[in-house]
Amino acid sequence: MLCMLLKNTENNMNKKIINPEDATNIVKNSIVKRRSKDSRLKLFGRAAIGLAVCFLLILFYSIFTKGYPGFFQYYVTLDINFDRERIDPKGDLSDNSLFDGDASAIVNESLFSIIEPKGRKEKKLAKKIVSSGKDVRIAKMVKDDPGLFGTVTQVKFALDDDIDSFLRGYIKRETPESERRINDKVIGFIDKLNEEGRISYEFSDYILSGSASGNPEMAGIKGAFIGSLLTLSVCLLIAFPLGVATAVYLEEIAKKNRITEIIEVNINNLAAVPSVVFGIMGLAIFISIFGMPRSIPLVGGMVLALMTLPTIIISSRAAIRAVPPSVRDAAYGIGASKLQVIFHHVIPLAMPGMLTGTIIGMAQALGETAPLLMIGMVAFIVDIPNSVVDPGTVLPVQIFMWADFAERMFIQKTSAAIIVLLGFLIAMNALAVYLRKKLERRW
Amino acid sequence: MFSFFLLTGILIISLFFFLLGYNRAKNLINLNQKNLHSLTHYYGIFCSLSALLPTLGVFFIFTICDDLVFAELVKEYIPNEVINSKDYNFTIVLAQINNSVEGLIFGTPPQWVTNAAEIWKSWVIKSNILTMIVCAITILTSGFLSYKKIHSEFRSRNAVEKIVMTILAVSSVIAILTTIAIIFSVVFESIRFFALIPYDEFLFGTVWNPQFEGAERAGSGQEGLSQYGAIPLFAGTFLISIIALCVSVPIGLFSAIYLSEYASSKERAFFKPLLEVLAGIPTVVYGFFAALTVAPFLRSSGSMLGLDIASESALAAGLVMGIMIIPFISSLSDDVINAVPQSLRDAGYGLGSTKNETVMKIVLPAALPGVVASIILAVSRAVGETMIVVMAAGLAANLTANPLEAVTTVTSQIVTILVGDQEFESAKTLSAFALALTLIIITLGMNFYALHVVKKYREQYE
Repeated sequence: MLCMLLKNTENNMNKKIINPEDATNIVKNSIVKRRSKDSRLKLFGRAAIGLAVCFLLILFYSIFTKGYPGFFQYYVTLDINFDRERIDPKGDLSDNSLFDGDASAIVNESLFSIIEPKGRKEKKLAKKIVSSGKDVRIAKMVKDDPGLFGTVTQVKFALDDDIDSFLRGYIKRETPESERRINDKVIGFIDKLNEEGRISYEFSDYILSGSASGNPEMAGIKGAFIGSLLTLSVCLLIAFPLGVATAVYLEEIAKKNRITEIIEVNINNLAAVPSVVFGIMGLAIFISIFGMPRSIPLVGGMVLALMTLPTIIISSRAAIRAVPPSVRDAAYGIGASKLQVIFHHVIPLAMPGMLTGTIIGMAQALGETAPLLMIGMVAFIVDIPNSVVDPGTVLPVQIFMWADFAERMFIQKTSAAIIVLLGFLIAMNALAVYLRKKLERRW
Repeated sequence: MFSFFLLTGILIISLFFFLLGYNRAKNLINLNQKNLHSLTHYYGIFCSLSALLPTLGVFFIFTICDDLVFAELVKEYIPNEVINSKDYNFTIVLAQINNSVEGLIFGTPPQWVTNAAEIWKSWVIKSNILTMIVCAITILTSGFLSYKKIHSEFRSRNAVEKIVMTILAVSSVIAILTTIAIIFSVVFESIRFFALIPYDEFLFGTVWNPQFEGAERAGSGQEGLSQYGAIPLFAGTFLISIIALCVSVPIGLFSAIYLSEYASSKERAFFKPLLEVLAGIPTVVYGFFAALTVAPFLRSSGSMLGLDIASESALAAGLVMGIMIIPFISSLSDDVINAVPQSLRDAGYGLGSTKNETVMKIVLPAALPGVVASIILAVSRAVGETMIVVMAAGLAANLTANPLEAVTTVTSQIVTILVGDQEFESAKTLSAFALALTLIIITLGMNFYALHVVKKYREQYE
């Protein structure tokens, strides 16, 4: 509008001078339109931000509503007769002896006494109601407390995932029998258990303390969580000292020459390389050339360290640059050597900034999936890793794997794992923000 | 476990050397009744560092090399008939022996595997003893030599600083080493791939249908069963990136304009970090969201409109990726718009223009190079993004411009090919490296171009 106005005046100037009253009128007439354009832009801006925040809320809402039930599952309470002869035939509580015992038969008998199945077929169906982890649970209980032997105690067992889905209402009673995963007889059994008040909906003790499992009702994130911790510690131990050392060298010691320039360009390029490429490098260098084993947190941590190194270097350099030269000059003035200036003054003052960058880098590493898929951390590993050289997996990869499984219950467990992952990321980022706010000094 | 104990031992001995050096310096001060050149602890640090560093070097060389040496030596213990059999693969044989060494025995391994494993075990013990002896010799000699160096004229601080400076310089080289490692690992395999498949077939072929070598051999005479035309992958990547841009550019740009020009400082301080949260969410979470929430939603709303949307569609992946890259555009553009000098805006207002006119005709044109750079960076992020497309875009290499169909991308093919165990020699595995090479070239090219644009822009105002 203004441009047109200017053009008009230009044109007019060549021919005739418009009188000031006309000019005022032109402006006055256009002002409403121009103002409305202005508020429209403002509205668009608001709408854009609203939309982005809306996406964020939908994302969180969908994850939380799906994931919250994942922390809970249905249990059945059964009276278990802890008969030592049958559970622990050798009487020494060893794994072998407990394995030989038939704890599952005791559980089944207790179950049968309530729901009274008739014939072999019904018994077979009834056995499947309780999750297959029942004997492991009894073995663990008697190991923790051998005093249970000889008593009759009420014990809670997880229900099979199909039953769980039925109780949650995902499998509908109205669906024709041939189309649902559980048949009418089993529904009858469940109704009986419900009438007796034996079914309860409680906080799942598998989700946080269990490991990867093919049975969704027994799957948990402990293995992946420990794997994540081990991988992150390797990553931190490598990336933090290296990153800080590089930043100190480039900012404080190196002269500006060709080599340092090449290093700088390199670091910026590394920050732009897609993460999956780091995985390929890990596969080609660490695994096929150095012959390191697959799936171990050590290799995962090394790959992630190389990936987060640019983040740490760039933020550490910014932190070092923010330390005013007067501090250095003062230290030099009282006779400190270059390294004394760096180690006694510059690094302590820049530490909050460096830590902030490191935490953000670690958060990035915690959520990273693709490079770890390349180096084989996607294997199905039931054992919880004890050290950095035991095969393991990490939380995001576990999420990726569970997301592929067909069972309905895995969707909830996946979302629950995502909630845990997001919780840690939010905590780490909050810590970074806190550090930046509280410790960083303004000069 | 052995390495752990040896490392602890090395650390303890170097600590011991610290005390030795420290005491010697103290004694020298007492003896000469005169201060030394450096503070006493520098003498200790000098001693322990010069004992520790060479030993660590020796230790790492030994621990890395021993398995490689064993793998060469063990070849002698593989019987000839195994080597001559046609499906002989050294990696598999080696894995067999290694499993046997670790006590993971499946069924009954052949006698020679058990023998080789026994010999391997004896080598491990020998090499552990050898490592220990060499480490002990190194640490004692180097520690003792440095201890001998300490006398009243010795300037230990300078020596220590030289060592530390070298350590710092070496660590900055890691960045270069990483780049070299990436290039090395990708380029060499790609060259091998292009020796099998001509590069024009890879770059311009329109059918992507990789097969393992075994599959090719089985259908003997049917050579060229597998096809490596990467055009469908590039097209899929391009399609998804375009969809992502359609979402993120308007939202990101308008948010940036609002935040930098209209919002109060309070609003800005609240919304900018909130938008940045979008960039901090792990991509696997976005992938899950795309596959389980967005895709079914699109499918059901599509069928209401009479559209047939595949359950894994480019649209779902692109939309979610667009959400992910909003902050890359909004935050960077916001910074760039803020960096436009206030005098330009004031000049606009002085001429009587409204805020809209100032933003659209003065500020945005001035900030355009930076805004373009931020969009390029966002595109490079979208091109390199892996998990969303793996989980939501599917694996079918369709050459299509229809966003409602399943497509596949460069990154998702890399993941599918390289996840799990693979034959290192087959063209299929090698093709992943060629794809990675193109990916690196594209993303780095974009990054360079963006930096170039920003640099040019900066020169205008400073």
